[in-house]
Amino acid sequence: MYNSRQHVVTASPQKKKYSCCIPGIMAAALRGSLVTLVKGLGGPRWQQLASRHLSLSAGLCGPETPPSRADTTFKVTMIPGDGVGPELMTAVKEVFKAGDVPIEFEEFHLSEVQNMASEEKLEQVLTSMKTNKVAIKGKIHAPMEYKGELASYEMKLRRKLDLFANVVHVNSLPGYSTRHNNLDLVIIREQTEGEYSALEHESVTGVIECLKIITRDKSRRIAKFAFDYATKKGRNKVTAVHKANIMKLGDGLFLQSCAEVAQLYPKIKYENIIIDNCCMQLVQNPYQFDVLVMPNLYGNIIDNLAAGLVGGAGVVPGESFSAEYAVFETGARHPFAQAVGRNIANPTAMLLSAANMLRHLNLEFHSQMVSDAVKRVIKQGKVRTRDLGGYSTTGDFVHAVVGNLRHRPIH
Amino acid sequence: MAAHSAVFSVSKIINPFLGGRIGNTVKILGTTLTSHRTKTNFAPPPAKYGGRHTVTLIPGDGIGPDLLNHVQEVFRFSCVPVDFEVVNVNSALEKEDDIDNAITAIRRNGIALKGNIETKHTMPPSVKSRNNLLRTSLDLYANVMHCQSLPGVQTRHKNIDIMIIRENTEGEYSSLEHESVSGVVESLKIITRNNSLRIAEYAFQLAREKGRRKVTAVHKANIMKLGDGLFLQCCKEVASGYPDITFDSMIVDNTTMQLVSKPQQFDVMVMPNLYGNVVSNVCAGLVGGPGLVPGANYGHVYAVFETATRNTGKSIAGKNIANPTAMLLASCMMLDHLKLYDYANLIRNAVLTTMNETRLHTADLGGQGTTSEVVQSIMRIIQSKGQLTTDL
Repeated sequence: MYNSRQHVVTASPQKKKYSCCIPGIMAAALRGSLVTLVKGLGGPRWQQLASRHLSLSAGLCGPETPPSRADTTFKVTMIPGDGVGPELMTAVKEVFKAGDVPIEFEEFHLSEVQNMASEEKLEQVLTSMKTNKVAIKGKIHAPMEYKGELASYEMKLRRKLDLFANVVHVNSLPGYSTRHNNLDLVIIREQTEGEYSALEHESVTGVIECLKIITRDKSRRIAKFAFDYATKKGRNKVTAVHKANIMKLGDGLFLQSCAEVAQLYPKIKYENIIIDNCCMQLVQNPYQFDVLVMPNLYGNIIDNLAAGLVGGAGVVPGESFSAEYAVFETGARHPFAQAVGRNIANPTAMLLSAANMLRHLNLEFHSQMVSDAVKRVIKQGKVRTRDLGGYSTTGDFVHAVVGNLRHRPIH
Repeated sequence: MAAHSAVFSVSKIINPFLGGRIGNTVKILGTTLTSHRTKTNFAPPPAKYGGRHTVTLIPGDGIGPDLLNHVQEVFRFSCVPVDFEVVNVNSALEKEDDIDNAITAIRRNGIALKGNIETKHTMPPSVKSRNNLLRTSLDLYANVMHCQSLPGVQTRHKNIDIMIIRENTEGEYSSLEHESVSGVVESLKIITRNNSLRIAEYAFQLAREKGRRKVTAVHKANIMKLGDGLFLQCCKEVASGYPDITFDSMIVDNTTMQLVSKPQQFDVMVMPNLYGNVVSNVCAGLVGGPGLVPGANYGHVYAVFETATRNTGKSIAGKNIANPTAMLLASCMMLDHLKLYDYANLIRNAVLTTMNETRLHTADLGGQGTTSEVVQSIMRIIQSKGQLTTDL
């Protein structure tokens, strides 16, 4: 499988014209075009003919990603963050190592509370992301006190990478029973605007205005993401969550955008529900929902609520997407600082998230291996961390997962 | 209505000074074939998240499903970050629900890869060609194919390198036919100034981008003095903006004769719909047949990729003898369009290297090879290209 021969395909800008020096193709050369030798290639190198529409908007296609192959090592940016983040990352690394997963991590310690955050560091992370495209990340804790900067590093990173869509797939874990079992719903959250705009000011003394921004473009974008996600995963219903009865214009625009996009997806049912009712329905009868799409703050609340339904912050994986980048993290983002160094954090969420990352990188087999191992350990119920009512440590859990890596898959 | 537009465009030919370039021309009245199906008022962003694209896959009829399965196989093997949304279109149904579905799917994904959908002549005349419907609804006005001789394929003519740009939405394919008097059928061929300028502009821009020297407009303006005359005039107008590229025109009958006797004289060719259909088939034949040449349809927003000659290949379906080259090269064009050049080159080089192996030639090239053997060989070559490290 591992091939030692290195072959570098020259990335060819399409404006160059390629032809070959076989005498037969001299006609092309006569036309005054560049004659380029193509290494180790028998035939003529075909021009990338008409590869781009002439008046295509720049937004349609981003820059090229370097190709990756199943038998190479993939590089992934790792941002452990605060609290138990580094411990969870250690768990991921241990499991990957034991499973021979071809991933190499580039670690960046970015933390506001430990004074390890700076613009420079953020730049480094962004540069690394530009080449790797994929990251795994813990929570970067944002302190509550105001120190002159409204936007936290977590928000800055999100904005710089334009990670507009957050996906949390809430799935009950077989073997760990909660009040609601067999839950399977997806929460999709817009996370670059809305209440998180970091636009706050004191207009008159004693009066603070926080601006909640809703734009048509971003609303359409997240709505389309939700429907595309539903199409890809074969789901049948998308529900928009809003508060348009109070914020008639802002949330009204969001709702209107969702309805517009829904027209493009005639096979997927579209509904909407008001946020307060949605919360009540979620704890009473969560089975009625399939895919939920919502603006920023509602998403934050619903993410946590839904994570609570299936076992808490320790078990639900999450991921954030932009057009170019994908960041894998836990579904409910908490640093869990009180557990630092006590070896009690539940690595399930981060491990499942890491498995999702492997799937995103086309490492289907490894992905299945890791997620099956985690699910098997939960199902067996012998090794459980405290949040699931057990007495095992993080280390025990990781050990159990590693022990289950090579078994045949559960079905 | 269409007759009106024809009359109206006459005046435009007579008074050419009235008409300017695309932007400021007086609107020509006429049937716009695209309007009836544009429901939504915005073009959504393409389905690309976290670097992965979603592409609509329409298997079509005949050999289409088989070939597209092979494409999926090769993509999976090469770790191409593309997911397919498969949309089936049943050609046996008279209702347009299926094709509407497919069109909506392309609207949301922006890009499609398709096999040809069969158009049965036995169906009632109200049933339009699904392929044509798809192209006109999405306004895929430019059909581009590139015929190039392959060293491994024996043909009568060598060194052919022709790009054909065909107007894809109007002309004889307007689907406007009626029996005006009993026993007399009128088929309307529509040529509009806007669309002619648009396709000519596309051809010249492409020629400049690819470093080509000459553009030949193919027409029949000696008979259809107004219709094809308008097309020719539009080409001339656009040509005046490209002094670096030689412009030339040729009548379609002569063109086909020249193509089969001296094809090396052609460089880039631009033509209306039906001539494009004929000429592209002639050219595909010159370089080795329908199994070799990929084609693409571009609009302002959407792009659909298929084999250049758009055959269903029903007679060889399910026999594992179809030549997968054209469809695989079409998928490479799609990867180029998605700016995944390295993946495109990887697969394209593997396909072309395989073509050099006479042993693996399929029946259409006079060989004994099977489709799956060819695909296996392509995947072997992709693998033997060694590791593609991420720090390219």
